[in-house]
Amino acid sequence: MAEAMSPDQQFAAFLREGRFMLQRCAIDGRHWFYPRVLCPHCGSSQFEWSQVSGDGTVYSTTIVRRKAEEGGDHNVALVDLDEGPRMMSRVDGIAPDAVKIGMRVRARIGGNAEAPLIVFIPAEAVS
Amino acid sequence: MSANLRGRISIVGVGLAGCGEAPGYSDLDLAAEAARRAVADAGLSMDEIDGLITASLETNMPVLSLAEYLGIQPAFFDGTGIGGSSFIGHLLPAAMALELGLCKAVLVAYGSTARTGRNRAAYAKARATLNEAPYEAPYRPFGTVSAYALAAARHMHLYGTRREHLARVAVDARAWAQLNPAAFSRDPLTIDDVLGARMISDPLTVRDCCLVTDGAGAYVLVRTERARDLSVQPVSVLGVGAACSHRNISSMPDVTVTAARESGARAFGMAGLTAADVDVLQLYDAFTINVLLFLEDLGFCRRGESGEFVMTGAIGPGGRLPVNTNGGGLSCVHPGMYGIFALIEAVEQLRGTAGARQVKDARIALAHGNGGFLSSQATAILGASGVL
Repeated sequence: MAEAMSPDQQFAAFLREGRFMLQRCAIDGRHWFYPRVLCPHCGSSQFEWSQVSGDGTVYSTTIVRRKAEEGGDHNVALVDLDEGPRMMSRVDGIAPDAVKIGMRVRARIGGNAEAPLIVFIPAEAVS
Repeated sequence: MSANLRGRISIVGVGLAGCGEAPGYSDLDLAAEAARRAVADAGLSMDEIDGLITASLETNMPVLSLAEYLGIQPAFFDGTGIGGSSFIGHLLPAAMALELGLCKAVLVAYGSTARTGRNRAAYAKARATLNEAPYEAPYRPFGTVSAYALAAARHMHLYGTRREHLARVAVDARAWAQLNPAAFSRDPLTIDDVLGARMISDPLTVRDCCLVTDGAGAYVLVRTERARDLSVQPVSVLGVGAACSHRNISSMPDVTVTAARESGARAFGMAGLTAADVDVLQLYDAFTINVLLFLEDLGFCRRGESGEFVMTGAIGPGGRLPVNTNGGGLSCVHPGMYGIFALIEAVEQLRGTAGARQVKDARIALAHGNGGFLSSQATAILGASGVL
């Protein structure tokens, strides 16, 4: 393979640099997620990494019920990015039951330095 | 082209084994016992089985394991594994093999010890490793439940579907189970019981989720012209279709519209029938939301109207569209992959052997399987003896 890193490794490397980057097809111009070696819309292997806005909309949401010793209840959401792709994530900064379908959200890089992770916060909380 | 397979193959034998709890037995023990019963039910002997199809979440290369266990060396075999819909989807390769003359009698079998198996925890861990979902797992969804919860939440948002509608599916399944002595859960169940049960992943409570049981099922297929020579009451396969749209829930194009729309259209197209022709339905109910989605996708309700539809009592005992007459995965049996049990119950109904839960004059049945995270769908339309 021509690339030094796999799509998965490259995505993670960008996250560690604090950048939320997605692959964008050089042929049809569409973004995709998760990282992969070809465009799932047209099959092309020609792509560029492009920084996304981080803006999105909650497509669906659930509260996963867990015991306190397992970290307690938490949110799991599907978020539609403004650039098109959908991803599983969670909305932080508000109670799990306050996350609503249609809510505008903005990406943050959460997790830890070893394993950074895209999470979202309500857009209205962004100053 | 596909219409050529209409009615060309028939189910001539079915068997169940170990449904509920079968401590000490292995998945292969149960699959083999169900297979023995199905072959005997067909009036055949095991050495007449020259086609074998199976799939498993527990055994690696299960076709080889089961063939060895049964002591057969099949000329045709298939191990397509697309989750719980597999054993309805298997009708397609079986039909092709029989039509092309690659074999004369196909056995489809499945067994699982999901409830009492001593390696249950190890299997769960192995599956999580083998089926890595690196872009979902870090957010800790609760197994498959959260995926179906996300579909249910979206359906509720778009159409005003309520938790009571979901609960009614579970209540009707339990009412059917109370008519089935072989069902695992037969205690009374009310809508309030479902609503008040422990929440797993909103809006789904533990009573919106299927059982976890042991169990095995098997069926035998031959060409319909041969079925007429056997001393059994054959059930013909009028139509079958399969479709898949994604694997992980985050890749599902629209979580409220499943590929059952395509699998159903293919099956109805082959059968030359419509939803109005169906007397009894068996819909893969791993979760209550499944039944609502499949009623819509298969053409029994308009989009968004399934919740109100089930509240009329339509799908329960005495209703105008009987659904999951054995009690379904919610109350009868669910060892991880339920599809084969949906198909076997459809056969029982068309044979008229369903006892207290028998739907009067059932001539056309639909059995629908689902796999993964609403990922794969397979639909079969079956006809009672004489429908062809």
